[in-house]
Amino acid sequence: MFSIVGRYLIFLGKLFTRRETFRVYWNRFLDECLNIGISSIFIVAIVAVFIGAVTCVQTRANLVSPLIPVYIVSNIVRDMTLLELSSTFMCVVLAGKVGSNIAGELGTMKITEQIDALEVMGINSASYLVLPKLLASVFTFPMLAILSGFLGIMGGYLAGTLTGIITPEDYIYGIRYSFIPFNVFIAIIKAFVFGFLISTISAFKGYYTSGGALEVGQASTAAVTNSCIAVLIADYLLAELLT
Amino acid sequence: MIEIKHISKSFNDRQVLDNVSGVFKKGQTSLVIGASGTGKSVLLKCMLDLVRPEQGATLYDGRDFYIGEEEEKKTIRREMGVLFQGGALFDSQTVHQNIQFPLDMLTEMPEAEKKDRVEFCLQRVGLEGTGSRMPSEISGGMKKRVGIARAIVMNPKYLFCDEPNSGLDPLTSIKIDELIKEITEEYGTTTVIITHDMNSVLSIGDYIMFLYKGKKLWEGTSQTILDTTVPELEEFVFSNKALMKMRAEKR
Repeated sequence: MFSIVGRYLIFLGKLFTRRETFRVYWNRFLDECLNIGISSIFIVAIVAVFIGAVTCVQTRANLVSPLIPVYIVSNIVRDMTLLELSSTFMCVVLAGKVGSNIAGELGTMKITEQIDALEVMGINSASYLVLPKLLASVFTFPMLAILSGFLGIMGGYLAGTLTGIITPEDYIYGIRYSFIPFNVFIAIIKAFVFGFLISTISAFKGYYTSGGALEVGQASTAAVTNSCIAVLIADYLLAELLT
Repeated sequence: MIEIKHISKSFNDRQVLDNVSGVFKKGQTSLVIGASGTGKSVLLKCMLDLVRPEQGATLYDGRDFYIGEEEEKKTIRREMGVLFQGGALFDSQTVHQNIQFPLDMLTEMPEAEKKDRVEFCLQRVGLEGTGSRMPSEISGGMKKRVGIARAIVMNPKYLFCDEPNSGLDPLTSIKIDELIKEITEEYGTTTVIITHDMNSVLSIGDYIMFLYKGKKLWEGTSQTILDTTVPELEEFVFSNKALMKMRAEKR
């Protein structure tokens, strides 16, 4: 366990040594923003809308006391979406999509000697391949978290108003009521940290793959499970630190 | 000239290379042969410093590759061209982009000059007009040719080929061998080929090193290999019945 953590930290150090020129990273960063960020918008949108909708319906179904005002439903949807769903839940989903993609890509490059080809040319393969993925993740994950938060609240609005469990006025009032702007900042910080963890853990798993197709599959699976565990641990620590 | 001195490497207490030494001369096609699992590819990786041996040195024209300054190592790396077993082409790039990649990363050459250089290399390996295709759209033999084009695009002083004939039909194998031989003579490169193909050994081997269980058991030329009396090499060479017949006739 300790040796794995040690190798992971050495791997992180490798990303920032013997770097290539800015132009090389800039082009690759843009490519990775498309691969990691833009291509994830659809899945993030679908998950956010439905989770927001389900949260609204479930909250309303369980708030049976007449003493609790109806606008509390959207109040809960807002806080749950901002504090957990748009960052943690969204990142667990992204660990599956982005993490397996990164580990699979690097694992395949490793076993087909593409990484060796880079090393032979004198290029720091870890830095050249992984650093743009890391930068793209920490750049796009917070944006996806903002999108996810907005669509989650919208999903709750649609589910609540279309089924008649809450009026549009109550819903809008609820999401404005006792709003703490810092919660948006918490979501952004969480997404930033989770983006870092998912991209580096998945890259670590993929980069050190050896063997064949079977091992690439195993590396992808390990990347997803390890990323999810790291996200959940980091989520707890950040919750302690930021709230 | 490349000189390897007393290279030893083991993995998990298993000795893969044991005190291997040899000299690969400029303008010659040198072959490292041996059965599967004898350490040929590990020796190549040691020479490329992809795997660091526990003992020994690799000298490129007298420059020690393992203990040199970072800048010198970078210079030596720029003088290398490597054809990997599967081609090791970057899947996300076209054939043209693959060949241009070392120029993009390692030189400040103007774009037009790079394009000309890539076209020249494509022409040199007989693949003109295929630059826009993706690696997944070309055959195994073409991938090897693209790999060779990428290896020679920087005008290397040292050319390494890891099993250039593996997975190819006999005719394509001969063409690849001839191409490597031509390039070696044309550019005066020091070429090292890892192979277990006896056709390559007899047709292009200027210098041959035979590895057996991680040890160098024999070295010589394609003219002397058929006269060998080393039992392990005899077993390796004359597992091919045609060669056995050839030797019987010669005797």
